Amino acid sequence: MNAPSPGTRSILRATVTILAAAAIYEIIARSGIFPRALLPTLTTVADTLVSMIADGSMLRHAGYTLYRMLFGFSLAIVIGLPLGILMGRFRAVEQFFLPLASALMPIPSLAWVPVFILWFGLGNTTTVLIVFYAAMFPMLLNAWSGVRSVNQIWLRAAGVMGADENSLFWKVIIPGASPFIITGLRQAFQRAWIAVVGAELIATSDWGLGWVIYDAKEFLNADVMIASLAVIGCIGFVFERLVFGSLERNTILRWGMARVAKG
Amino acid sequence: MSHIEVRDVSLVYDTPAGRVPGVQAANFDIEASEFLCLLGPSGCGKSTLLNIIAGFLSPTGGEIRIGGKAVTGHGLDRGVVFQDFAQLFPWRTALGNVTFGLEMKGVPKQEREEIALKQLQLVKLEKFANAYPHHLSGGMQQRVAIARALAYNPAVLLMDEPFAALDAFTRDDMQRLLAEVWRETRKTVIYVTHNVAEAVYLADRVVVMTPHPGTVKIEVPIRLPRPRDPLSVEFLEYQKELLRQLGPAATGQATNGKAND
Repeated sequence: MNAPSPGTRSILRATVTILAAAAIYEIIARSGIFPRALLPTLTTVADTLVSMIADGSMLRHAGYTLYRMLFGFSLAIVIGLPLGILMGRFRAVEQFFLPLASALMPIPSLAWVPVFILWFGLGNTTTVLIVFYAAMFPMLLNAWSGVRSVNQIWLRAAGVMGADENSLFWKVIIPGASPFIITGLRQAFQRAWIAVVGAELIATSDWGLGWVIYDAKEFLNADVMIASLAVIGCIGFVFERLVFGSLERNTILRWGMARVAKG
Repeated sequence: MSHIEVRDVSLVYDTPAGRVPGVQAANFDIEASEFLCLLGPSGCGKSTLLNIIAGFLSPTGGEIRIGGKAVTGHGLDRGVVFQDFAQLFPWRTALGNVTFGLEMKGVPKQEREEIALKQLQLVKLEKFANAYPHHLSGGMQQRVAIARALAYNPAVLLMDEPFAALDAFTRDDMQRLLAEVWRETRKTVIYVTHNVAEAVYLADRVVVMTPHPGTVKIEVPIRLPRPRDPLSVEFLEYQKELLRQLGPAATGQATNGKAND
């Protein structure tokens, strides 16, 4: 028999961890220490999840949430990435934006939700802007650090070979800063995903994974809440592993600019 | 081909401790297709001088002329190979690194890849064209760097201790390979080293520099047939002569050619 590939082994290990955590939860849920209505068994949660998927409501909730998140996240990339690179490249841009970023960054994005509701009302606009706010700073700061960490010898070598400012930017600085840029994308995504659910709890109605959790509280539907949480976790996990994992494998891992993660 | 003139070149560093002369009134010429070594111990200003010729630094006095024209900044008439292996772009394959200069020149993709492949053949790395630098050994990376510097066909190749960080065996191989590449391409080469044997093996002429302040002490032409035999009596005589010129203070350092300056 062949030994399993590293990829298969990593999936196996992850499965074992998750199954162990689920088993502990199930034992506690079935022990009767807590009321069933508050701590539903996993079979109940699974039933709820299947029926919510079957009637299409879960997909629609997830779709709304993904739409809002990807919108805000994309905005954060479109603005944060070039701005961070310009800050790393030009002293004047850095001097102007760094104090602003330093002042705004420590404010939790969710603290802005009530303010944004006042300005933009309940709904998509507010949620998208909250996501943008949350994702913006990790993208900006990592791009900024990445540009500053580009090895000077690459710039020298490229300059000797006749690279102009435009070529330096696209062919040396961007790939040279890519380990930081990918970290920035990852962190921005995680912040965005947290922020979208948080913002939906307060700022939306009718649809969205955050909203469905908040709404289920009114009817004491713990199974709906936990089913939604599971979906939130799964989507985040899939993005992290598939999207960012493959982005990393095809760039900085292949180039030897980062080490392969264990597990 | 370009004749290079180094005329009264000085560079003074402004430091908190005052003005420190890096290079003082250096004067010499390099003929077209000549292999010239700048030899000296740490702090003699040989790398500084190379950086001035490359256009990375501006001299505080004097000037460099290439083909009669004064040097300002770097240009495609000079290719540079650094000591640091990290000079290659890790996100480009060996071939991708070698094509970079041609890409900047606007040479079409197919043509530049043909040229780059020929350059890789010259340094005997055509089999590794599609390898990324991190899969290549230090010596192979330096060979790619040489191919990269030659690919856009500069008249002059400037080399700043390119083999100093390699082990002794690899260094010997690399010196043989470089001598061959030079024989085939007939580039003008200015090669910085603190290794006396390396200078005698490679150079048509050795410019000996001494530190504090960095000055040119003497020029020693090496009149030995190529390929050179490092064990011949004449070879050893030249080594002795260069060591004598470097003086007692430099002798210990310059003979064993330690990895770092």
